[in-house]
Amino acid sequence: MTETTTPPTGFAVPGRIAVDAQTAAAWQTATLTEIRRETPRAATFRLAVPRWAGHLPGQHLMLRLTAPDGYVAQRHYSIASAPDDSGHIELTLDRVPDGEVSGWFHAVARPGDTIEVRGPLSGFFAWPGDRPALLLGAGSGVVPLMSMIRHHRARGLTVPLRMLVSARSPEELIYAAELGAETTPVFTRSAPLGVPVGRMTAAHVAPLLAEQPAHGWEAYVCGTNAFAEHASRLLVAAGQPPERIRIERFG
Amino acid sequence: MNVTRGFSGRPRVHNPGLPPGQYDARDDWPVLSAEVTPDLAPADWSFRIDGLVEHPHTWDWDASHALPAAAYEGDIHCVTGWSKFGVRFGGVSLDAFFSVVRPLASATHAVARSHTGYTANLPLSDLTGGRAWIVWEYGGAPLPPEHGGPARLVVPHLYFWKSAKWIAGLTLLDHDEPGFWERNGYHARGNPWQEQRYSGD
Repeated sequence: MTETTTPPTGFAVPGRIAVDAQTAAAWQTATLTEIRRETPRAATFRLAVPRWAGHLPGQHLMLRLTAPDGYVAQRHYSIASAPDDSGHIELTLDRVPDGEVSGWFHAVARPGDTIEVRGPLSGFFAWPGDRPALLLGAGSGVVPLMSMIRHHRARGLTVPLRMLVSARSPEELIYAAELGAETTPVFTRSAPLGVPVGRMTAAHVAPLLAEQPAHGWEAYVCGTNAFAEHASRLLVAAGQPPERIRIERFG
Repeated sequence: MNVTRGFSGRPRVHNPGLPPGQYDARDDWPVLSAEVTPDLAPADWSFRIDGLVEHPHTWDWDASHALPAAAYEGDIHCVTGWSKFGVRFGGVSLDAFFSVVRPLASATHAVARSHTGYTANLPLSDLTGGRAWIVWEYGGAPLPPEHGGPARLVVPHLYFWKSAKWIAGLTLLDHDEPGFWERNGYHARGNPWQEQRYSGD
């Protein structure tokens, strides 16, 4: 029996970011200040959280709703807004069929309502803006990636940032009006005239890896598990090192 | 209590098997790994226990399958909020591996390592006494790669991030050493019944 083992892959996990345990542990009251429709299925909810300690683009929070009998429903949601010290954060939520929490947000919530949040949470799927980043998202998987793009713009960062985002159709593309030259949309069901319809392929990923910066990309993938598996395989096949791919899967 | 206006929630179900803050995922089994699912064949898989043990040892696929078969049938709980009831994992109890390497009296904790580089820390007492397994079957079929196949650790009485996928080994220590999620703000032990989700809980 051999007494040594060499892992076939290496998940080196560069650039961990410390999370303040006290901040993450405390529940805070958040007041809904604005609701903006993004697509037929998704809307953005702006929350005032006066004691919000700030976050890094890509981080998420835990949110809870409490019924009169004390029953609590809690969920994790990515933060859509850039860290901007305003004491406000934004979440963009899909309306999930029979969604206990998303259903409340889409059907009941109005400005002035209060909920509770704790966070920010998890330092792994976070981008402080310190390295070139390649973002691959699908559906509402674009939400934490948009926080990165907004941060990049707000700070006037020059570090390379590119995004491939998949949506069913132009109408379902969240933040469509806000996306710029850094973004290439991929439409899976219907597309504007002259734009091909189909899922993300090697042909979308290859040019981005061909033009990669000197020390390569840090890749961030967010979406369903099926999308994450597909997109991460495309990245690895195109030469992206597996240990430089960070994945956030819905679940 | 901070009641949310207009929120009633799902019909209340009394389920004594559901830890606080969890919901029943029923037929779903969400995948939440933060890394790329590795392309790892059984022939390339190995499992090693080292650190504070009398006899460090590495098992390959066949040697691990030669140990007495064991199964876990019960429930699993993910820190993101879902629980899954009545699952069945087939493999070998960690006790069978420990009886070969013989942990030293000074060993108090372990770091579980994946073939990807993922790590999770656990008290040694959570890994012994028939409460932890190395498994390669789920529901009688080979464990799928995205769920940790060919083989993963299963420690079902703790949140499931402790049950490292693509398990490569355990290193026994005389102190606690935070793993991947634990360094990213998650709780050192992760007991779902005490809702130990994040550091500070």
